[in-house]
Amino acid sequence: MKIFDLTAHEVRDKLRNRELSSVELTEESYKRIDAVESKVDSFITFTKKEAFLQAKAFDERMKKGELLGDLAGIPMALKDNMCTDGILTTCASKILGNFTPPYDATVTQKLKNAGAVIVGKTNMDEFAMGSSTENSAYKTTKNPWDTDRVPGGSSGGSAASVASGEVFYSLGSDTGGSIRQPAAFTGLVGLKPTYGRVSRYGLVAFASSLDQIGPLGKDVEDCALVMNTISGHDRKDSTSIDRPVPDFALGMKNGVKGMRIGIPKEFFGEGIDEEVKTMVLEAARLYESMGAVCEEISLPSAKHALSVYYILATSECSSNLARFDGARYGYRAKNYEGFKDMFIKTRSQGFGEEVKRRIMLGTYSLSSGYYDAYYNRGLKVRTLIKQEFEKAFETYDFILTPTTPTTAFKIGEKSDDPLEMYMSDICTVPVNIAGVPAISLPCGFKDGLPVGMQLIGKFFDEATLIRAAYSFEKASVICRQRASIMGGGVNEL
Amino acid sequence: MNYRTLVGLEIHAELLTESKMFCTCSTEFGGDVNTHCCPICIGLPGTLPVINKRAIEFAIMAGLSANCKIAKKCKMDRKNYFYPDLPKAYQISQYDMPICTDGYMEIETESGVKKIGIERIHMEEDTGKSLHTEDGSSLLNYNRCGVPLIEIVSRPDMASAAEATAFLEKLKAILEYIEVSDVKMEQGSLRCDVNVNVVADDGRKTEIAEIKNLNSFKAAAKAIEYETARHIEALEDGENTLKDTRRWDDVKGVTVSMRSKEYANDYRYFPEPDLVEMEISEEWIELIRKELPELPEAKKERFVKLYGIPVYDAGVIVSSKALAAFYEDAVSRAGDAKLASNFIMTEVLRRLKETDANITDMPFNSTDFANLLKFVIDGTISNNMAKKVFREMAETGKKPEKVIEEKGMKQITDESAIEEIVVRVISENPQSIEDYKNGKDRALGFLVGQVMKASKGKAAPQTVNRLIRDKLSNL
Ligand SMILES: [Zn+2]
Repeated sequence: MKIFDLTAHEVRDKLRNRELSSVELTEESYKRIDAVESKVDSFITFTKKEAFLQAKAFDERMKKGELLGDLAGIPMALKDNMCTDGILTTCASKILGNFTPPYDATVTQKLKNAGAVIVGKTNMDEFAMGSSTENSAYKTTKNPWDTDRVPGGSSGGSAASVASGEVFYSLGSDTGGSIRQPAAFTGLVGLKPTYGRVSRYGLVAFASSLDQIGPLGKDVEDCALVMNTISGHDRKDSTSIDRPVPDFALGMKNGVKGMRIGIPKEFFGEGIDEEVKTMVLEAARLYESMGAVCEEISLPSAKHALSVYYILATSECSSNLARFDGARYGYRAKNYEGFKDMFIKTRSQGFGEEVKRRIMLGTYSLSSGYYDAYYNRGLKVRTLIKQEFEKAFETYDFILTPTTPTTAFKIGEKSDDPLEMYMSDICTVPVNIAGVPAISLPCGFKDGLPVGMQLIGKFFDEATLIRAAYSFEKASVICRQRASIMGGGVNEL
Repeated sequence: MNYRTLVGLEIHAELLTESKMFCTCSTEFGGDVNTHCCPICIGLPGTLPVINKRAIEFAIMAGLSANCKIAKKCKMDRKNYFYPDLPKAYQISQYDMPICTDGYMEIETESGVKKIGIERIHMEEDTGKSLHTEDGSSLLNYNRCGVPLIEIVSRPDMASAAEATAFLEKLKAILEYIEVSDVKMEQGSLRCDVNVNVVADDGRKTEIAEIKNLNSFKAAAKAIEYETARHIEALEDGENTLKDTRRWDDVKGVTVSMRSKEYANDYRYFPEPDLVEMEISEEWIELIRKELPELPEAKKERFVKLYGIPVYDAGVIVSSKALAAFYEDAVSRAGDAKLASNFIMTEVLRRLKETDANITDMPFNSTDFANLLKFVIDGTISNNMAKKVFREMAETGKKPEKVIEEKGMKQITDESAIEEIVVRVISENPQSIEDYKNGKDRALGFLVGQVMKASKGKAAPQTVNRLIRDKLSNL
């Protein structure tokens, strides 16, 4: 087995056994990038110099016999909406094309402290708006399983970088499914933590009340280890919650015996591919065989989640993105008369179509005369959706659904039809609206493409999701499958 | 036809917290351009606000001092608009849930005490400052950006410029007392907008005009007077005014309508998603209440009772916390409360007014002042001399004892020395003795005056008086 095929915890063991040095591992990572990056286009920026400094530091500490953490010395990638001190952070937008923050995001800081080797910043949909990574101002990332297809979005670059073996894990951000949907499309495990579990400080905001940073990895254990590192209260983020962080890998192997699983019929309705449906329901049978109880439930308000999402998320983004006006940093239009003209021209030229579309939607929803009909009503439905989840979790340990209605679609297939594109998030969006955690993991393949299932959990109960996902992963044979670009693929099953 | 003026005020006060509303940058006024800034207050991507608890406490203090209800739950909202001095393109403010509501303040008017309602006090962050240069470019200073502010919104309960001025002075005194703001209008730490309209006896009324950014109480008063006249004129012509935002042109003494584009703004308020709702507990409010100092009203009552000074004098002295402290300290050292208050009401206030200064700007302190009073009390100098000494102290900052010594102002208290002069004066003025014997009291005063003159004003008046009476009755 090739090194790049290993999981993060497997290379951790090799590092600890001195079978490998971090510098060698980092070299492997860049070799892999040399080999496949031109095919997948995962990255916007590479940070080779910093990565090797970190790798050397790891090796020196190893020589001294220091006991180092699970992620130390391992190459990884950050989505390009997480701030990195002294390193370009573009959000895949022209408007931030030259922006170098003088500070680290809290997750960046935590990873650095943990000794992680940051290989680069990954491509994404501009300002995390999109479901295919086609909305980047720089490049379109391709799905490592089939480079004619999208890797999903908006963390498509982060997903592709792991699925193609360029790095061992990555961080994405998830506002309406942007970690889980690309995880499903690229056969990875992706976790969106409870809102408030991971600090948003330094994450360039799309929709502040929905955004959450989380891991993308080759298996559940990797995600658990990353969660151990990035979770926790941060005084710099008032919405981060002061609650103890358990060791997510600790109870992972305890099985699902006696767990109650709710299967909401609304997530298996129209628009969901029949084979996807079947595979997720097969997964439910597998859980039953392991001693869990599955029951059909109903979450009737969930069908409004997508509408609520597009009101709340666009409203917040219209405000969050207003600061990009060319006055202080980032792109500025060349010819203008007066500051208003500068604002207008800068924003017209600097933002892509999807971002502009959402800013306009949000501005409209918040404007006087429409606020009550849209934004305020959106907040009310949000409360309903939250309550329905809370009610369900009085009975069930987690909820099982498909992650996406279909497998990865073709590049260009939906880019002319925003509504069609928005539908690909229909199963993931309710989770962000409610603020609960959810994990996506592969549960099968359709025509050589991975199919993802989603486990949704109680507030701050990522541990149960990780445990349930781990049990499934061990019981099925899916997790060892690798993308065709890895020299694997389903055909070789 | 009679007309009634309705005046409402919106006052912005910068809070005296050490750090800004949402970051740890200094709030100090001045400083090199863009040196009191960090990624948070200039709104760089990814940064998040963290609320300054002290700013909330200050807002609650202001609310308690203005008899407001304090909200149990507190949330911040975003007020969205584009302007170069607003780096996030929204201001974090409070919209529908202000921290303090429904208060009042009492002011003195010609017809007695009047309650002025306070609709709300809410918190927000200040903006930066734009500087437009002559060559047409604009420079931006973000030092002020994110400094905590409270906005105090009164009900339209004031009926004249005089009442508005009284309200502003009272408010300024209270904010100064509780030390939540340094209330310096010239540094922009206190700013005021005025709303004016006029109602006729027959019920017709004008639309409200809002005059923005008045930078002195005088300007506010003039603007109110100007607007009142303009509105009455409109009603008399059978017309109305436009609902309008205006600015005061101090040079021309008129208000000018601002172009509608400049204020026709839809602020698209919505709850600030980066900050969580805050609970304000009864216990916290009580702790803050205990932190509050004695307020002007209570202090005034105490001064009248304790020191036996007139209500009017007490009112004037407590209008400034520093002056009240100066007064109390001087009284505790010198002992004569009335003498101290008389001296402050006349000499001290005259001096402050002449130099447009505060008591803390004077080159002497309350100990020097108390010593001056002591010299009057023990007869070292006369009241008249004390005024001269005071002027010298105020101009040069010299200690009173030094002034007295330098100018040789010390009273002659030696009886034999005074007696010598008295004897000489009586012998030189036989006509006065004749008059005195004929019952003309004026003669006594004349002789006293002559003795004082002969002693160059240094003879102790009481001794002079007694000795002349003695001599005359023995004649
Ligand atoms: Zn700051």
